Amino acid sequence: MYLPTGDRRMVVTPQLALRVAILGGIALVLFAVIFFRLWYLQVLSGDKYLAEANDNRVREVKVEAPRGRIVDRNGTVLVDNRLALVVQVQPEQLPEDPVRRARVTRRLGRVLNRNPRALRRKIRREARQLPFSPVTLKTDVSLTTVLYLQENQSRFPGVEVERVFLRKYPHEAVGAHLFGQLGEVTEDQLDRPRYSGVALGDRVGQSGIELQYDRYLRGRNGASRIQVDARGLPKGELSVRDPRPGKRLRLSIDFGVQKAGQAALARYGKPGGFVAMDPRSGEVIGLGSNPSYDPNVFAKGISSAVYQRLQDPDNGAPLANRATQGLYPTGSTYKLITAVAGLESGLISPATVLFDGGSLTVGGVTFRNAGNVSHGAVALPRALQVSSDVYFYRVGLMADQKGGEVIQKWAGRLGLGHTTGIDLPGEGAGLVPTPEWRNRLFRRNLTERPWSSGDNVNLAVGQGDLQANPLQMAVAYSAVANGGRVVTPHIGLRVEDNEGRILQQIEPGARRRLDLSASTRNSIMQGLRAAANESGGTSTPVFEGFPITVAGKTGTAERGAQGDQSWYVVAAPYDDPRIVVAVTIERGGFGAEAAAPAARRILAAHFGIKGKKAIGTAGEAPD
Amino acid sequence: MAGPGSTPFGTGVQRFTEPRARILRLDFLMLFGTLGLIVFSLVTLDTVTASDVPGSPDYFVSRQAVYAVVGLTLMIALAAIDYSRFRELRIGLYAGMIGLIVLVLAVAGATRGSRRWLELPFFRFQPSELGKVLLILALSAFIVDRLRRLPDRETTSRIMLLALLPTLLVMAQPDLGTSIVYVTIALALLFVAGTKWTHFAALGGLAVGAVTLVLVIAPAAGVPLLKGYQQDRLTAFLEKDNADPQSQGYQLNQAETAIGSGRKSGRGSDAATQTRLDFLPESRTDFVFAAVGEVYGFVGAGIVLSLYALLIWRSLRILTIAKNLYGALLAAGVGAMLMTQVFVNVGGNVGIMPITGIPLPLMSYGGSSVIVTLIALGLLQSVYVQAREAAASKSEALA
Repeated sequence: MYLPTGDRRMVVTPQLALRVAILGGIALVLFAVIFFRLWYLQVLSGDKYLAEANDNRVREVKVEAPRGRIVDRNGTVLVDNRLALVVQVQPEQLPEDPVRRARVTRRLGRVLNRNPRALRRKIRREARQLPFSPVTLKTDVSLTTVLYLQENQSRFPGVEVERVFLRKYPHEAVGAHLFGQLGEVTEDQLDRPRYSGVALGDRVGQSGIELQYDRYLRGRNGASRIQVDARGLPKGELSVRDPRPGKRLRLSIDFGVQKAGQAALARYGKPGGFVAMDPRSGEVIGLGSNPSYDPNVFAKGISSAVYQRLQDPDNGAPLANRATQGLYPTGSTYKLITAVAGLESGLISPATVLFDGGSLTVGGVTFRNAGNVSHGAVALPRALQVSSDVYFYRVGLMADQKGGEVIQKWAGRLGLGHTTGIDLPGEGAGLVPTPEWRNRLFRRNLTERPWSSGDNVNLAVGQGDLQANPLQMAVAYSAVANGGRVVTPHIGLRVEDNEGRILQQIEPGARRRLDLSASTRNSIMQGLRAAANESGGTSTPVFEGFPITVAGKTGTAERGAQGDQSWYVVAAPYDDPRIVVAVTIERGGFGAEAAAPAARRILAAHFGIKGKKAIGTAGEAPD
Repeated sequence: MAGPGSTPFGTGVQRFTEPRARILRLDFLMLFGTLGLIVFSLVTLDTVTASDVPGSPDYFVSRQAVYAVVGLTLMIALAAIDYSRFRELRIGLYAGMIGLIVLVLAVAGATRGSRRWLELPFFRFQPSELGKVLLILALSAFIVDRLRRLPDRETTSRIMLLALLPTLLVMAQPDLGTSIVYVTIALALLFVAGTKWTHFAALGGLAVGAVTLVLVIAPAAGVPLLKGYQQDRLTAFLEKDNADPQSQGYQLNQAETAIGSGRKSGRGSDAATQTRLDFLPESRTDFVFAAVGEVYGFVGAGIVLSLYALLIWRSLRILTIAKNLYGALLAAGVGAMLMTQVFVNVGGNVGIMPITGIPLPLMSYGGSSVIVTLIALGLLQSVYVQAREAAASKSEALA
């Protein structure tokens, strides 16, 4: 009883004083704890928390840089950009409640014309992979749809509309096989120094020219730093780093030639490919494959059904580039290589006369001329003019008997059996058959017989196991036409800014110099000229009335059940070749039937020849 | 109204003096602390709530100002009357407190929600807030009644049971924070009244047992006594790295970031992004201290804490000079109430204590809290005024 009763005057006893002091002490300790905590938070760690607060409120938003345009050698725009609207959703802003969330996705599915269940799956998958970033639901949405979404924003929580640049191909199928596609950068690419400055989710070139020259074409994305509140709603822009657009790429392609080439092939309705190239520099003037496709379908993402259709062989596999990836025997167009090999190795001279009796029997197998005709005694130019198979069978036989595989060696030197080095990813290497190659296959039981002389006889006329594409043939013919330089074909000419000022000249790979004698070149060129101009020449009827003298060789590759494949390789003008055109058409029949008339149209486009003179009359496919 | 010297527990010291003179006997230090906190509250709310109600940036500030004016008026009125008269009314006060809390529970039961307030025409009245003052008034009176039997175990248990009844009712609302305040008030009253140390040891043991039962044993046995969010609040300060904006850990993180980013002198009203961009949750109520920390920095937070220290020091001082035990107990109760609320709220804000949803007295937005705190401070002023007058009349008598 240390206190007086309540109604009496209070006296502070020592015990009350102690208890009050204890209360005061407790208060003091608690205040001290809080002060020390505040000191720690605000004075000692203040900078760290300030940085955290800034992290909280600042979001960096990518501002996409447009890719550079791709133009032809005359400045015609081949690949352009267009702005497209993309509908995205911020997954964490969707309602938590599954029922309400499903209602939103159902509404979205109706508006975007997409399956709501697929949308939900996509959102779930991508939100797991990259949390806190928007999921793209549909690219290239109409303005009407966007306006509807914006007017009804409350019914579409978390849905936002972005503007992105998509590739646009104003000439649709023209050049489709050159440009290639864009795609999101892969993890592997991000690790490589060439892709420095590219962020996850950015789109880069993944095939074709877009891949080859990506570092010029892609710009540098800008960024906008915006302040957001706790709900992620923007509250004003803090700073902007402007995007730097990509550079313009000028190709050596001539739009007119490219278009004419694709049209010429398309007329036959059969698969094929063509290359038009400047034999002096390797600049590719036109390169195409039939059937073609409209690359615009890729721009906004392609459905797997459409993609399957573009790859389907029954459909002609439009995605395949037959000019650089085709694996075909070349028929008689190969005789140029056999001729070079024979002359340069001394097996024959331009004047060597061999007897063509219509057939040649080697090892019990009889090799015949087409149509069994006999050309009699012929020297090289004449043999090329009339395309005497027996003449070249004999050269092939002589080469086999002499040993040293001169035909194979010269094929390799002239560009066959390996890639040409063109700046177009994905070209095929092809195959020049050698005894070693066939014997190795035979040892592994992959073929029914070892190498025999007959194989060399077949190779000499471009039949049998040979595999080559029009680009390789164009390189080989260019080497002869230009007197021995093996060029590296290239499509990229130079990098420019958007006003057309040159920033960088693209240097193709070094060309190799072959030691071709003038007589070799001249005798072959004479033979090719005669073949296209003189009576009895295999393509003379095709080039009748053509105002420019050309030197060209037909080819008819026998592909068994596949039918005859039509080939034509031509250099023009004869005196000073400035263009080499190689054309092949699967199941096109004789060279003069399909490939040569197509080549005439391509040459006409190049030389600006119009009307009747451009087309000619012979060997035309029925229109 | 009883005349001078005629009150049942008066000793003749209470006399009529000039009203002017009586007003002048207010504790001006405490008044300074009170007004300082109100001003700080209004200035802070001006920043915090500027964009809360579109079109009327002053919505919350002007309301808080009205509550403060009403509260200050009540405070002065209470200071002017003798607190001792409330002792007579102890039964009525206690019954009224229980009745109001039960009424809230009944209304909440009818609307099937968790509600702590009654809708009045002008504002939401929170009976559990007023209950704090009513509990102090009634419980102090009961203690004074049983003063002679204070060392008995029965006295301690009776007083604690009288305190536990409203505590459990408030907990059922559910309002965990306020129930903690009720318990501390009761303990502080017993402590100051002189309850034996052994009784406190026993109460401490019971408390540990109860907490273990509620937090560990009952959930383990499948009978969760706390609602999920209450459990979260109590444990969240132990696990702050939670990115889910709905979680307590995230809120604590944001509060700490807000306070820390204020550094020494604060970021100022416009640059306080944590508060202005709503990263700081509940910034006008539970986390108003974090907003002070961000906007005004260590300096501002220090000033606010110093003002609370001033109030608590004054309450302890008034305890010792009270003219009678009832006044001393009232001072102890009000002091304990302020102390508990300040430490639990600020401790939660700075991340060293669980968040329990207790408003920061005078700083947090809210009519019930502001007015009731000012009523409590009015009682304290009354104890002071009565003590000063008793001393004055004594010296007068001696003279």
